Amino acid sequence: MLTVILILLPLAISLILLTIREERVIRQFALAGSLAVFGVAVAAFIQYKTCSHCNLLFTADWLSTLGVSLKFGMDGISLLMVMLTTFLVPVIILSSFNHSYSRPSAFYSLIFLMEMALIGVFTSFDGLIFYIFWELALIPAWFICAVWGGKDRIRITFKFFIYTFVGSLFMLVALIYLYFLTPLPHSFDFQWLYAATLTPVEQTWIFAAFFLAFAIKIPVFPLHTWQPDTYTTAPGTGSMLLAGIMLKMGIYGMIRWMIPVCHIAVKQYAPVAIILAITGIVYASVIAIRQNDMKRLVAYSSIAHVGLIAAGVFTLTLHSLEGAVIQMVSHGINIVGLFVVIDAIEKRTNTRNISDLGGIALKAPRLAIVFMIILLGSIALPLTNGFIGEFLLLLGLFEYSVVFAAIAGLTIIFSAVYMLWMYQRTMLGRTNAITEQISDLTRIEMAALIPVVIMIFWIGLFPGMFLDVTLPDVLQIIHFTK
Amino acid sequence: MVNTVLFLIPLLPLLGFLILGLGYRTIPSKWTSFIGPGTIFLSFILSLLVFFNFHHFAISPFRHLSPWIHVGSLDIPFAFLIDPLSALMLLVVTGVGFIIHVYSVGYMKDDPGFNRFFAYMNLFVFSMLLLVLGANYPIMFIGWEGVGLCSYLLIGFWFKNHEYNNAAKKAFIMNRIGDLGFLLGMFLIFTTFNSLSFNQVFSQAKSMTMGDPTIMAITLLLFIGAVGKSAQIPLYTWLPDAMAGPTPVSALIHAATMVTAGVYMIARSNILYVLAPATMTIIGITGLATALFAASIAIFQNDIKKVLAYSTISQLGYMFVGLSVGAFTGAMFHLATHAFFKALLFLGAGSVIHALGGEQDIRNMGGLRKKLPKTYWTFLIATLAIAGIPPLSGFFSKDEILLHLFGHSPVMWNIAVAGAMMTAFYMFRLLYLTFFRNFRGTEDKLHHIHESPPVMAIPLIMLALLAAFGGLLNIPGLFGGGDWLSGFLSPVFADAAAVTALPATISHATEYLLMGVTLAGCLIMIWLAYHRYVKKEMGLLPDDASHSFPVKLIRKKYYIDELYDLIISKPILLISRFFHDVVELRFIDRMVNGVGNMVVWTGSTLRYIQTGNVGFYMFIMILGIILILFLNILI
Repeated sequence: MLTVILILLPLAISLILLTIREERVIRQFALAGSLAVFGVAVAAFIQYKTCSHCNLLFTADWLSTLGVSLKFGMDGISLLMVMLTTFLVPVIILSSFNHSYSRPSAFYSLIFLMEMALIGVFTSFDGLIFYIFWELALIPAWFICAVWGGKDRIRITFKFFIYTFVGSLFMLVALIYLYFLTPLPHSFDFQWLYAATLTPVEQTWIFAAFFLAFAIKIPVFPLHTWQPDTYTTAPGTGSMLLAGIMLKMGIYGMIRWMIPVCHIAVKQYAPVAIILAITGIVYASVIAIRQNDMKRLVAYSSIAHVGLIAAGVFTLTLHSLEGAVIQMVSHGINIVGLFVVIDAIEKRTNTRNISDLGGIALKAPRLAIVFMIILLGSIALPLTNGFIGEFLLLLGLFEYSVVFAAIAGLTIIFSAVYMLWMYQRTMLGRTNAITEQISDLTRIEMAALIPVVIMIFWIGLFPGMFLDVTLPDVLQIIHFTK
Repeated sequence: MVNTVLFLIPLLPLLGFLILGLGYRTIPSKWTSFIGPGTIFLSFILSLLVFFNFHHFAISPFRHLSPWIHVGSLDIPFAFLIDPLSALMLLVVTGVGFIIHVYSVGYMKDDPGFNRFFAYMNLFVFSMLLLVLGANYPIMFIGWEGVGLCSYLLIGFWFKNHEYNNAAKKAFIMNRIGDLGFLLGMFLIFTTFNSLSFNQVFSQAKSMTMGDPTIMAITLLLFIGAVGKSAQIPLYTWLPDAMAGPTPVSALIHAATMVTAGVYMIARSNILYVLAPATMTIIGITGLATALFAASIAIFQNDIKKVLAYSTISQLGYMFVGLSVGAFTGAMFHLATHAFFKALLFLGAGSVIHALGGEQDIRNMGGLRKKLPKTYWTFLIATLAIAGIPPLSGFFSKDEILLHLFGHSPVMWNIAVAGAMMTAFYMFRLLYLTFFRNFRGTEDKLHHIHESPPVMAIPLIMLALLAAFGGLLNIPGLFGGGDWLSGFLSPVFADAAAVTALPATISHATEYLLMGVTLAGCLIMIWLAYHRYVKKEMGLLPDDASHSFPVKLIRKKYYIDELYDLIISKPILLISRFFHDVVELRFIDRMVNGVGNMVVWTGSTLRYIQTGNVGFYMFIMILGIILILFLNILI
């Protein structure tokens, strides 16, 4: 039941928000609503723990002649993704209070619509429903970027929309084809899809279609070119939703379906996928070194970081898959933290150009400290969240291939290079005309960032809770490949 | 109880960090003066407690505190290992650390970042203690990266200056290069032994054969980590730049403790290293080359701290040479005595810099002997110690390494002695130029020269006592000593000793001879330095003076920084531009847009077929039917 509430509550909030006029009330309601959804997610987590992995299933008939049913539930992986989503939405909403958006009711309504779609993706146990939510998530994301975005937003968001949409269509085709391969009477239920018998050739085609859809979303090199432009031009809130949560749909999809359904093809083409992902790590890191726009720099760093996750997923090792799941959570938290900080700086100085800034630590020490902590998380310093994921991912990659691990490991050097460069040029040094009058973080911004900082250390110090909850499910996924 | 004590040793500095870090704007500096050094002092007391009740801990040296990362067969708990090696390191870190903290109270008195400074210093000691106490490689790695972070924060402590910030960044990145080696080394250990705990890895390693290629790969990868952390060739260039930090930082982090972490790590993994003779050879060559190379640069440096920085690199090279011939005790002994005298040298240099209002160029010093007597006398003791003059501590520790080296290879011994002679020369050059003859600075500065306050002078005296008598730790049998440290550490190195062949015993006569030769060499160098810098007053040439090519090459530090810039930094920036401007924008993105445009083009072209003319549709349809029938007949 909690699963259904988790989907319906954001939808209800979204609709109610449309009826409110006053901006202040909208904000208060949005924040309260997002916290309520998080509360439900926590309750679901507790229930899941106490009933020992009962999956919190909910099933209802819908289009049963087609073999489609409204089947929702959560295993450990879904649960963690839902926790991540519902944790980040309040943070994102808090950070959005920095701005006064036109048509606020529509803006916040879209955020909740997006939250609903994301939770739907992570909790669907039915292929077609998964697909519907997957596409649904794109609509609010596109509106947020296209309506409230920055310079050149129409062209860029159009490209983003078309690019990811085309990818999704391949998934739809593969899904329908797969449906006809399921045992009679056909069904889109995950269990049935897993049970479909595929010839190696069919596996290859279905794998290719899925890979395209998921790889574009993540994005994996060389399918990434929509991403830096979109992150840069989107409003802060949009970048956070896209980078923090939405791209995890791609990795989640790979783990949830692609591996169990076409494991032979996955194994066969894993080296290709890993080489692409690793190329992306090095390529994007090297590009990040020279970026002047802070958001663009973080966008490229994200390609590198998720590249490592994608590479790890394809090794099909226990360590890498566990690392991938926990790193999805960590990456989401860290990148949202970084975007909140960048947004706070941009709000005060009207620029994101690294070359225009400097000396902010002198005027805004709290900002500098929080920025440093998030940065350490994203460069994977031990005892922060980033380390747990990268250690496990690289270990799994090492078990798969020493050379791959050595090249992918370059990320720990590169990330230090570009992140510390950005930090030095913005936070350290002397102030200039632009940063002279900069003020420190406000209470609202601190309220958004303190949970982020807490999670960075929590996951870094006590990863057991996050690793254990997904272990049976990851073992299950690996079992499919045997 | 036992666990609590162990747990508290690193926890106290961490608490200090948290208190000072969270209250950095509100805590009055008076309190900080107590909290900062106080936490380290308490840790020191607890370390003494551990040390003197060692037999309690020796019963079960592995202490499990709490789980950390556990996935499948990978189990990494928070666990500490307390054995003679870590006990010794605990004393060095907290002891020297405490003395330097006290000194810092005086040195940093007027700095607006007083609280921040002590917060970082406490965090450093915490990380270092974690590094030393860790019972498995990942816990060691937490400390390993943690000290790197603190080093970064403290080198760039005065962050208004971008040169300092660059130095800090350089230190962190170079360390990270090493850390990647460490990380891969850990992975290989795990895939080989299915564990990362010291006890399991080492007990399994014992049964491996000598020269096993996997062990060689592991040890080499770990050594890359040590090269970064302990500033050896080729990853040493960050250490001289690290002198941008406040002087107590240079003393604690960049001389006494952090940079010795590589030596500690190899000593800790001794069983792995003795099984990899090829790695040992590489370590030996690297160590010797670094020792000599850095010493040669030190001779021509004019910044008081830079001389000491290169000296540190050189002395670390000695420790690695010691490790490479299996003189683990010797390396650890030298690590300890070096911590005493090098910390003292840096604090003495700090006292000089403090007295001269920030002056660091030794060409503008001179004659400070009378003005700063306490600084002078303590500095002299440290200089004698590092130059290897008996009976000061450096003599015994360096001699132990040299002796092992001779047993291993007389050629290596020869090179090492040459290095020792260079050490004596540049250290006395530094001493003479700083403290002898007349003051060469401005009149104005001369009037302002003042001896350091007691809060700084007392630490100098304490370290001077350690530098003078530290040799007592391990007086060799030759002088009627009991080799106490060797005995104390022997359980740690027992397995390694069992595997390695016993070194050829060297007769006492030869031992005396070797010592005599080394000592004579060093004394000649001291005399030579006296002749040049006191009698003839040489070495005061300005920076732009012309020199012969070899001298210029060394003065410019062999242009290594420039070389790295040319072959690494510049190309990466070029590649970055190429990737972004050409590959990304001109190629990948254009292809993507091309696919999009093609679809649009196809659509707009095919649009012309849809004319709405029924006759045209009919025509096409009939054409199609004919075609199908035709094909049917054909097939």
